Amino acid sequence: MLTQKQILAWLEEVKDPEIPVLSLVDLGIINTVEVNDNQVKIEITPTFVGCPALEVMRQDIKDTLLKHGARSVEVEVNYKQPWTSDRLSERGREALRQFGLAPPPKGKVLVEDLEVLENVPCPRCGSTRTGLKNPFGPTLCRSIHYCMDCREAFEQFKPV
Amino acid sequence: MNETALKELLYKLADDKLIIGHRNSEWTGMGPLLEEDIAFSSMAQDKIGQSYALYQMLQGLGEQDPDIVAFMRNADQFHNCIFAELPNGEYDFSLMRHFLFDTAEAIRFDMLTRSAYSPLAELSIKIRAELRYHTLHANTWIKKLGTATEESITRLQTALNEALPYALGIFEESPYEEEIKDSGLFEGEKLLLERWMEQVEQILKDTHLKLPDWSNLKPVTGGRVGRHSEHLQPLLDEMSEVFRSDPGAEW
Ligand SMILES: [Zn+2]
Repeated sequence: MLTQKQILAWLEEVKDPEIPVLSLVDLGIINTVEVNDNQVKIEITPTFVGCPALEVMRQDIKDTLLKHGARSVEVEVNYKQPWTSDRLSERGREALRQFGLAPPPKGKVLVEDLEVLENVPCPRCGSTRTGLKNPFGPTLCRSIHYCMDCREAFEQFKPV
Repeated sequence: MNETALKELLYKLADDKLIIGHRNSEWTGMGPLLEEDIAFSSMAQDKIGQSYALYQMLQGLGEQDPDIVAFMRNADQFHNCIFAELPNGEYDFSLMRHFLFDTAEAIRFDMLTRSAYSPLAELSIKIRAELRYHTLHANTWIKKLGTATEESITRLQTALNEALPYALGIFEESPYEEEIKDSGLFEGEKLLLERWMEQVEQILKDTHLKLPDWSNLKPVTGGRVGRHSEHLQPLLDEMSEVFRSDPGAEW
């Protein structure tokens, strides 16, 4: 008999397709997991409404759980508990840093001013002598910054 | 709850986003700076994604598949405001439209977080947070160029004068306006317009741009009831060209 705990452990294997070091659990997009007689029902919520990776994630969840022996897997996408960048786990934030992406500042999910994107600690050297280059980056969830100590650009997983 | 009124509201929200999103995406590879190119492409992706979430909500209410709704309707079935469908023109006009339109959207979706229809209220919390980046982007550039050189100020002022009557068309009331307000779906266009005017005045105060007397402006309306400018149908044809050629294709 499968348990919710077991399912969550398996979901650790499913990674964000854009950031392959970050699991969907640490990303914080899994809202609920229900198991009934090895049939699994999961509710997820996207990081961005227009996230192009959503379908891939939904399929990866299904494939992974079926491979481990779930009898059926249903994945529902909704906004009942909308995602915010504060839902990234500590482990997830560390994974982002390792990947070279600055994690988002905490408690800044409804951005009032682009100031919050200034002086983001550089994921390479830790310096805060950094500046915002563009609040829009190569993917919806990233902004572009410049480190004056490394003299190189870096990206941040932006607060939202 | 009046389902016809709800659907009409959702179509209006979704169509605005789909159409402005496609206009934004036309800047891809064309922006005056690479930075702006990325910004408009990114905002386009946000807005088109948000329109799909709204079309999916409509599908849950018995409407057709989002792709069919997005690509197979004719101009007179679209409820977006005329402002959204106008061609991009020069960068000044696009930037001014971005500012005026997104200011309204940001306030609208803040109001919608209090909608009595909970799926819409929940989605609006998410959209509101994403739109912050759009309005902050617009405000930054309006303030930058609205105080820069005599030329940039003159160009933006021309764009503002040109855009305002169309911008006022955003607030054209729905045929179901009273039902929408009474049932708590949305607090209504009048309140939105008031808040929008305040916010626009607030931002433009920090620039050298002058707002004309609001009462002298005549809103360009019709979009909300499917009476569009000549610019919408060609845009739809272009958007749907690929889709119509093979509606069953998997993307
Ligand atoms: Zn550095």
